[in-house]
Formats: sequence, structure tokens, C-alpha cells
Amino acid sequence: MRVPIGWLAEYVDVPAGTSVEDLDTAFVRLGLEVEEIHRPEPVTGPLVVGKVLEIEELTGFKKPIRYCQVDVGEAGAGDGGRDVRGIVCGARNFAVGDTVVVALPGAVLPGGFEIASRKTYDRLSDGMICSVRELGLGEDHAGILVLGGEGADVPPPGTPAGPVTGLDDVVIELAVTPDRGYCLAMRGIAREMGTGLGAPWRDPGTVTPPAWSGAPAWQVSVDAPERCDRFSMLALEGLDPTASSPWWLRRRLTQAGIRSISLAVDVTNYVMLELGQPMHAFDRDRVTGPISVRLAREGERLETLDGTTRTLAAGDDLLITDDTGPIGLAAVMGGASTEIGDGTTSVLLEAAHWEPTGVARTARRHRLPSEAAKRFERGVDPEMTVAALARAAELLGQYGGATVVGGVVDVDTRGARPQIPLDVDRPARTAGVAYPPGQVVELLTAVGCAVDGDGSALQVTPPSWRPDLTDPADLVEEVVRLAGYDDIPSVLPTAPPGRGLTDVQRRRRAIGRALAETGFVEAPSYPFVGIPALDALGLAEDDERRAVVLVRNPLSEEEPALRTTLLPGLLATLARNVSRGQRDLALFEHGAVFPGGERTPAPIPGVEARPDDATLAAVLDAVPAQPWHVAVALAGNREPRGWWGQGRPAVWADAVEAARRVAAASGVELTVRAGERAPWHPGRCAELLVGDVVVGHAGELHPRVCAALELPARTSVMELDVDALPAAPVAVGPPISAFPPVLQDLALVVRDDVPSAAVAAALRAGAGELLESLRLFDVYTGAPVPAGSRSLAFALTLRAPDRTLTGEEAAAVRDAAVSAAAAATGAELRG
Amino acid sequence: MSGANDPYDPKQVAALSPEALDQAVDAARKAFAEAADLEGLAAVRPAHLGDRAPVLLARRELGALPPAARSDAGKRVNAARVAVTDAYAARLAELEAERDARVLAEERVDVTLPWDRTPRGARHPLTTLTDRIADIFVGMGYEVADGPELEAEWLNFDALNIGRDHPARTMMDTFFVAPEESGLVLRTHTSPVQARTMLSRTPPIYVVAPGRVYRTDELDATHTPVFHQVEGLAIDRGLTMAHLRGTLDHLARSLFGADAITRWRPSYFPFTEPSAEFDVWFPEHRDGPRWVEWGGCGMVNPRVLVACGIDPDEYSGFAFGMGIERALQFRSGVGDMRDIVEGDVRFTTAFGVEQ
Repeated sequence: MRVPIGWLAEYVDVPAGTSVEDLDTAFVRLGLEVEEIHRPEPVTGPLVVGKVLEIEELTGFKKPIRYCQVDVGEAGAGDGGRDVRGIVCGARNFAVGDTVVVALPGAVLPGGFEIASRKTYDRLSDGMICSVRELGLGEDHAGILVLGGEGADVPPPGTPAGPVTGLDDVVIELAVTPDRGYCLAMRGIAREMGTGLGAPWRDPGTVTPPAWSGAPAWQVSVDAPERCDRFSMLALEGLDPTASSPWWLRRRLTQAGIRSISLAVDVTNYVMLELGQPMHAFDRDRVTGPISVRLAREGERLETLDGTTRTLAAGDDLLITDDTGPIGLAAVMGGASTEIGDGTTSVLLEAAHWEPTGVARTARRHRLPSEAAKRFERGVDPEMTVAALARAAELLGQYGGATVVGGVVDVDTRGARPQIPLDVDRPARTAGVAYPPGQVVELLTAVGCAVDGDGSALQVTPPSWRPDLTDPADLVEEVVRLAGYDDIPSVLPTAPPGRGLTDVQRRRRAIGRALAETGFVEAPSYPFVGIPALDALGLAEDDERRAVVLVRNPLSEEEPALRTTLLPGLLATLARNVSRGQRDLALFEHGAVFPGGERTPAPIPGVEARPDDATLAAVLDAVPAQPWHVAVALAGNREPRGWWGQGRPAVWADAVEAARRVAAASGVELTVRAGERAPWHPGRCAELLVGDVVVGHAGELHPRVCAALELPARTSVMELDVDALPAAPVAVGPPISAFPPVLQDLALVVRDDVPSAAVAAALRAGAGELLESLRLFDVYTGAPVPAGSRSLAFALTLRAPDRTLTGEEAAAVRDAAVSAAAAATGAELRG
Repeated sequence: MSGANDPYDPKQVAALSPEALDQAVDAARKAFAEAADLEGLAAVRPAHLGDRAPVLLARRELGALPPAARSDAGKRVNAARVAVTDAYAARLAELEAERDARVLAEERVDVTLPWDRTPRGARHPLTTLTDRIADIFVGMGYEVADGPELEAEWLNFDALNIGRDHPARTMMDTFFVAPEESGLVLRTHTSPVQARTMLSRTPPIYVVAPGRVYRTDELDATHTPVFHQVEGLAIDRGLTMAHLRGTLDHLARSLFGADAITRWRPSYFPFTEPSAEFDVWFPEHRDGPRWVEWGGCGMVNPRVLVACGIDPDEYSGFAFGMGIERALQFRSGVGDMRDIVEGDVRFTTAFGVEQ
């Protein structure tokens, strides 16, 4: 809502010396957020009202040009004392007798445009007749700004034009919250600001309609009273179709951001801005037969004013109809068939009160967030319909010569406004501020409420323009807000002792920290993916990661799905970093993924009470599990090249190591075996297990995936389902033996296809309890190891808890380990 | 050579004379001093401390002396021997120190050579800031609650007093998921965690819920469709707006310094009544101390309590929520939202692992 300060001052006696900043502060304190303050662009030098006395049409140029004699009054008299100036003008939308705005030599218009006397089109042009855009008042550049024609109520020539055009008027743009529909009109703003500044103010809604007489303006029936509890109409005749809106009215529409169209339309828009009552003007001669307000029927269509033909929702879109069918989409937009046109002389004005949620549905369904719909959705004062008709009739009479015919139609089926019980202490209990009962009553009265009752139990009737006030809590807010939020003290409550973070929360933190400490950089990405990104990973048609949840209104049609794996986002981030010149990258991300699949729809129960357990369970169960994954991606060097020598390229094993770090940080043991899964290299993919459960995969990307995603060759990745990791057991402290260890190295030759992990496991099993640790320290192929085999060298640390091991004992352990490895894997001790 | 049982012969025991002993000591001292290095010292050692060295030979002669003379001469011999040994030890220590100094000097390295062999990682500042905020609340006794990002529409809207046709619902710029009747949305705020908490716990409730939320805004310098909030909820007997202010002031001081406080502006949220937006006074702002818009708060709407099965006549509560991106932007002077979301390692690495 844009509030011109000049307009506001017509209703509120703003105290002298109040600055724009003071008003800004007052609005904010009232809960009306100031979005922007529009200050007119500066105009310096002489800018005056002028009257066109003569027009000479110049020919022989590329376009028609006018040479005008303009009376600029004494104030505009030049050196020679002339108060009539010759001015060249290219616009044609004015006539002799029109009053215009003239920038005289020496004036500087917005954008630093300096006006000077100059010879042009063979004439001396002694100033400029200005357009709206040249004055910085708006974008309208269709012609010059005509303040009024001959005989119009306009200031005399020579009057300084700044105040006339609104160039001096600051406009404060407010963001009005959805509960405060009444503040989408000057009437509501005036009430708030009058209260906020403690200044006298006048309610423009206090209109006493004239005593119209005669038959009602039209035959009207309201067939859907639950959607329309008041419907008022007034008929006017004799409207001059050529009459245009007065400049002051057009200026206020411009300041409000509304385009001027015609007098009749402009007046309805103006009254909406003034009183908050949206209106519609029908061409009375094009309405056929009685008007009925009813719900749409199957198959009905309506061409709205924007030229769109809309299929109406039977049983929900509310219509204004005549004998021809729909002529208006109630509360949202009028129909084309009864639109006010260039020749309209007879007008039927409508002002009604519509049920907000129905308006919201229709506006959303037809994607028509019109100014009218916006107000009706938020609640309009039902008292205003007839007042608005009277105000509009007054303006159309004054500026268009129209006169009211017949009486007013007013179908009014409203019930009584309910009272809200309020304990007078409740605001104090809510805010923690001791408001005296008298102050509570005073503030509620300032809001417009009628307050009954004595003692502590009040009965409060909210004003007709505050449909948002329905509960005691709403009344409390009004009291606290108007008393001022700054009065609320600061007191820290004492919460009962908490249990700290949960194990799951601690684990997520530990994983992030462990990866960061080992050189990975966290790179969270948006969870939106496109199907091509899943194709690029080489996922099979039946891969479960292709079962995605689709977003119905995605930001990008290319990424309409929610991720089922972290890899697409992480690899895109990797590629972005590579494109920005990074070479050595180790990234990680952890977050939720969204598996798709068939699901039961979530029910939407009522809110009058807690849903019963079965319904609540159905709501909760319909929300799919969203497992927490962690993923890493590596490219380039894991260790950089330096003065110590060459760098070490990141390889598949770094990805596996990252998984082990994650498991260690989670307090669980990970085992690894060869796996096969997209998008990994089939020979370089490790399956990660906890016990028998596969929790993830790690290794090098398939070369085709690197190529498809334009990633560096041999990029390695890991992805693991953190939620699949079992809870960490409480760690048990091992016994620490102070006896000396026996160190034994042994090399075993095994076939290439025997995993080292199998050999190590067999050695461990064979060595038994005296084995303290086992470490693979070398892998060797080549002579004398036969082709097809490799030599694995292990270092064993043996130690007993209670004695120093003898040479014989150590040899026995070693022999047992080797035998076990031989039996399990065919390993042979290397000589 | 004299044996112990040989008869006393003064000529033969001249080696025990004070002059001879002094001479031997002087000779030894001179030889040790002249040794230029440890090898040289080792080379002259046998001549002065070896089996055939004068002071050791003199000692053997003691037996040849008559008992009366033996004690006196013994003392002299011992003194001489100690003098030679000390002289040797002193010179040895000197030479060893010289050698050590030389070797250590030779082993000197350029300690300014970089050893950035182990690359440094980083946690994203949104993560660390979220953790920090959660920890402040944990310190106050709150627990941290989680909820799903893909959420039931009922919990995201209806339970929070945002009815199907409520204007606030359309203003939330919601991502809806297929199929249309799924009843699911990408949560537009962390507030459904409030509802989940109230539905699953009994008061008193003090929880904080950090998490990722979604709105259909295009990414630009100040907006992102995917962002993070922290939501707080307290339900207890006798809670007032003063307690809410106290809580927010404490958070502001903990995050932004001892001088930080909050300022409230009346506002509207369907799930709180009264409602406010709040600003925080941030003295360390890179463009100078100022008020910065930060979040929304209010007293839980009794209608929400009812929908979640809590008696509004017995309990009251407050709720608040704020954007982590926004806090990161002004706390760390980040001008462009895109830097926060694009995952450029140069941005994130600057924040390190953080405590």
C-alpha cells in the first residue's frame, strides 16, 4: 500500500514539524512495515502552471510539430516582462485552453535535464511543456501532462507547479500483513496514524448517503448469501463519455501504482484506495435482465476484462450473472461483455461484501491476484458498500456530469457481530507488563471496538473493518501493540534441565568435523536434480535411485525432482570449482535424501482439536523417511606437490578411507568388499558394510560418468547412508599389557583374485588372542612371485597380557596364522 | 721396576717426588689443552692417563716406601691423579660441546619452508553457525528437535493456523510435490517441528529446531530458494512476552557481543498472537553499528495449542525463528548470497573447521 503523505494529511492533523522519518518510525511501531520511501526526483528552477493560448501547426518537418503560445503568468515572465512564451512541442494530446506544466529556461528536470531557450524547427522555443515522465512522476510518455481543459478547476498560470503535480509529495510504501486488510485503504491508515501519533483525525468513511428515491436501480437476487452477505448497487445516467479524470485523481492513482483508464474506472479505483471498498462499474446499457449472484454451473465460461476466456469452476466460482449468463467473476474481475467503453453514458455501480476464503480460491484458481481480490481475501468493511457508492456517485457527478437514477439496491443478510469475552488482566498476563484496566479499555476503543462489561470480564465487539479480531489473543495483541512493544521487559525464563544433544545429532556433528579435519571441505548443494543427471550417473532403468519425488512447481523445469543420492549435487559443485580454476579438490556433503515410490496421501484433518491417534499416525506415516547421507568427492591431488616432492593423486582408496573415517567418527567398524554399482568403476568399487548390512559404496567413478559430467579423470566418490549405521556401543577400555611385544614380519603369496582383507582376516583368526595388531605393509608383484599372484607382507605385533612371550610361543602363533591363511586363501609363505 | 717386597731405594722412587708429580700433571694439562679435537684428545690420553702414564706408575711405587713416608706420598699421588683426570674431563667436555655446536649448526634447516602436505578442510559456515546457535540454547536447557524437509501439509500449514485459503498460505511461495493429493510440501519454515514437538511431548517444552527450508524464490544476491532457519519453542506455565524478549536478548548477546539487544516491531504470523518481527543491534557491523532485521517471534496462538492437544488455559508459550543465512551475512560480512550457496571452496575454506 502506497501512502502519499499529502493525502494522509487530509485526514490526520499531523503535528507541525513531523518529518518523513518520524512517520516512518510511527508506521513501524504500529506494525506497518515501511518497504520503501519514494521521494520525488528533484526539479530545480522555474516550473509553473501554464495555459495554452494558441497552437500553430508547423509542417515540412519529419513529424508534425506545434508552436504554442503559453500564458505562464507573471511569475513566469521572462526578461522582457512577457508572460506569454513561445514553446515548440512535439506532442499532440492537448488543445487551446488546456492547462499544462511548463519548465522555463533555467529549470533542471530529473536526470539533470537543463531547460534553455533555443532555436529549433525555425522557432525560438522559450521553455518546455512537460510530460509525466519528464517530470519524474511516472512512466507515462504518451503525451504531455494536461492538468485540465478550459473551465476546469485548475490553478491559474504562473502558479508554481511543484505542489500541483505532486512533485513535493513523498510516498511511503507499506507492507501490510494479511491480517490488516483495513490498512489497504487511506481510511485504515488514517485511523492507525491518528492513534499512533495521538493526533486528531477524520474518518473518510463517515459518508451520509443522499436520500436517493425511486425504484431500486436494478432487480437483484443473491442466491449464495453464505458467500455474499451484502450486495449494493446504484445506477447513474448522463455520464460524459469524453470526460477525463481530474489531474489530482490521476496523480493519486499514479502514486498508488494504478494506471488511469477512464473516469468511471478511475473513480472506482480511487474510492477503493480511499475507503477500502473495491467496486465494479458495469455499462448499464449492456446488462440484460435481472442480476443474480450465484455459483458457477457446469461448463460456464466468462471472458474477463483482461481478454482471457475462463472456464469456471462449477459450485465454487461465484458469479454475477444476467440473462446472458456470467457478466463478472465476483470480487476478482469484471466481464468483457459489460465493460465500460468509450461511449458509455449509463453506469451500474456495484459494491459488495464477499466471503474471503472463496475469493482466495477463485483468485488462486484463475491466477488473478487483482487489487480487489487482495482486499476481499484480507477482509473488507461490510459497512462501506453504500458509502462507497455515494462517494463514487459524487465524483462521477462532479467530473462526468452523471446523475443518480432511482434508489439504491442493498441486499444485506449480515448477522450480528459476535462479542469476544476478554479477561481484562489477560494482556498483562501475556505481555508481562501491568496494563491498568482503564488503559486496556481505552486502547481497544481506539481500535474501534465497543467494550462492555465492568470488573475484570469484558465483552468486546470488534469494529466491522476488523474481521481478523476473533479471539481474545487477537485483542491482546491490539492492546500490547498500541501500548508499545518497547515497554516489554527482558526476563530470561528458567527451563528445566535438558539432556543435551541426541546421539544422532552428536554423530552428524562428529562426521562433519572428522571429514573437515581430514581435509574435506563441506559443500552443501540444493536437493533438486534433473533426470539427465541420473542418466549421467549411468543408473539402470530399475535403479531405486530413479524413483524420485517430483516437485509440481519446480524453479527449473530441468531439475524437477528431489535427490535420492547426494552425488549429482556434489559432483556439480566439484565441476563448478574445477571450472573456477581449482585442481585439487576434496569435498563432502551430508544431508537428507528423498526416496520416491508409491505412498498413501497424507490426510488433512481439522484443527479444532488434536487429531485422534490414528489420524495423527496417518499424517506422520505419510511423510516418507528421508535418510541422512554423507558423500565425498575427490579430484586432483590428495596431497599437493611441494618442495618435498611430487603430489599424491587422489585415488579410489581415499574415498574408501573417507568412509572409514565416517564410521570411526560414528563409533562403528566398517568392513569392505568388492562391489559393483553405478556410478562407480566396476573394478574399483568398494562395498561398505557394517556387519552384513551394506551401508554405502566408495571408489573411483566410471570413466563414462567422468566424461558425461565433464569431471577430471579418476574422480573418486563415496556415499554412505548414515541412518543405516547402527548405534555406537559404549566403548570398552582394553587391558594394556606392560610386557614386551614380539614383532614378526611375514610375506604371503596369494593369487591375484584373493582380497587382502580375506588374508588379513585369516591371519587374525589363526593368530588368536596373542595377536595385538596386524598391518599390511607391502604388496609386491613380479619375479620371483609367479605371474597371477602377488606377495602381501604383514607386520604382526604379538603380546601376552601376563608374561613375556618366548621365542617358541611367538613361532607357534606365527605358524598358526600362516596355516590359517593357507587354509582359507591358499596363501603360501614366501621363502 | 720395583716390587712390593723390594728393599727401599730412594733413587728408585724419585717418581714420587713432588717435582716429578707436578711435572707430570703440567705435562698432561698441556697435552690435553693442545689437543685440537676429540680425536687428538683421545690420542694423547694413554700417555697421561693410561697404564704407563707417570701418575699411574708413581702409584705403583708407593709400596716401596717405608710406612712413614707412604701416607704422605700417597696423598700427593692421588692429588696428581685427580688433577690429570679432571683436566681430561674438562677438556673432553669442552671439545664435545664444540663438536655438538658444530654438528647442530650444520643440521640447521629453513623452518619457514611450508609443510602444507595435509590439506585443510572446512565445515560450511552455515553448519558451524547453526551448531553455535543450538549450543547456546542447549546451554539454557533446551533440547534440539529435528523434522523432515519433505513435510505433511497439515503440519506445515493447518496445524499452525494457516487454513487452506489463508492469504499467508499463498504468500509462503510453497514448493508442492506430486501427486497433487500427496498432502506433502517442502516445508516453508521450521515451524512444523513446533507442531511435531507439541504433538509428541507434554509441557514443559523447551526446544530449538534448526533446519533447511524452501521457498520458490530465484537465487540472487539476497534470496535463495533453499535456506536455513532456527526455530525456538517454549511451552510452560506463566510464560510471557517478557520471557521471549529475555531469551532473544540472551541469544543476541551470545552471538553478537555483550552490547547486542533486540528491538521488536508488531507483525503478523498465523501461528503466533501477538506477533513481532525483531531486529538486533549489531555493534560490529562492517558498515558501522546498526539495527539489522533478523527474525519473527510471538506468543503461540492458542488455536495452535488446541490443534496440538495442549490446554491453552493452563499453558502459554512463545516461539521465534530466524534465518541463518541472514545472520551469517551480517555477522561475517558476506555481501552476496550466492557465495553461501555455490560451494566454492575458497569461500568455505576461509571459515575453517571452527570451534
